[in-house]
Amino acid sequence: MSTKKKLTFVLMDPPFESARSTTALRLIGIAVNKGIDVNVFAYEGAVSLAFAGQKPHSNPVHGRSVEEEDHPTTKDWIAAIYEQAKISGSKIDWVQCGFCVDERGAGEYAPEMRRNGPTELLKFIENSDNVLVIPTR
Amino acid sequence: MKKILQIVESAYRGTLEEQDDTIIWLSHILKDAGGNIDILLRGHAINYLSIKQNASGLMFGQKRQTQPPHIANDIAKIMEKGVMVFYISEDAVERGIEIENFLTGAQKISVKECPQLFSKYNHILHW
Repeated sequence: MSTKKKLTFVLMDPPFESARSTTALRLIGIAVNKGIDVNVFAYEGAVSLAFAGQKPHSNPVHGRSVEEEDHPTTKDWIAAIYEQAKISGSKIDWVQCGFCVDERGAGEYAPEMRRNGPTELLKFIENSDNVLVIPTR
Repeated sequence: MKKILQIVESAYRGTLEEQDDTIIWLSHILKDAGGNIDILLRGHAINYLSIKQNASGLMFGQKRQTQPPHIANDIAKIMEKGVMVFYISEDAVERGIEIENFLTGAQKISVKECPQLFSKYNHILHW
C-alpha cells in the first residue's frame, strides 16, 4: 500500500475576482512541489480557473502592451503546476464539476483534467489524508 | 458635469491575477474618458496607500509573475491626473496601520466628515 500523502482541495471561487483562488493555487503548487499527490474538485465558479478560452490583455492604465503586461491567467498557472508535477513526481487528479461547467459554457480545459459529478468529491474525501475547502464568501 | 465619488472598500480582490485593483483601474479609465471623479478609500483598502507594499515573487512551477501589482503607484498616478484621494483615519487606527508610510497627497478625513464629503457629489458608488 502506498504511503504517499494525498491532499484534496475543493475550490469554489472564479478566477480574477478574489484573492482566494490565487491562494488556493499557491497551496496546490506548494503541495506539488513537495511531491504530494493532489486532488482538486473544482465547483461552481472555480471551473473557470482552467477555462481554455482565457486570454491575456494589454493594460492601458499601465501603458503596457499585451507582451509587456504579461498578464497572468489562471489556466496558465495551472498548466505550470502540471509541468511542475512532472518534475516532482506528484500526481494531480483535477475534476471539473460537470453541471458547473455546462452552466458556464466553460467546457474547454486541459486534457489532463476530467469532468465528473459531485459524487466524485466523496471519493476524494475517502481517499485523502486531508481535505481543504476554500469556499466562496 | 456630475461629480462621482468612488468608495473603495472591498480590497485586494484578485489583485495578483489582475495586476491591479479593478476599481482603481476603472477609475483611471473613467477619469481618462473625462469623468469628474474622486476616490475614498476605507476599510482594508486604506492600505492601498502604503508605499511599502511588495507583491513580487509569485511563481507557479516555472511560470513567474513578471508584472506584480503596484497599487500605491497606480493611486499616485491617478492623483497626478487630478483625482482627489481620501481615506478614513479611524480605519487606519483600528488596524494599527502606520500612515507615515502612506503616499503623500492623500487626504485623511474622519468618519464624522463623511456626510460633508458626500454632499459634494452627485453620485456615490460604493465598491
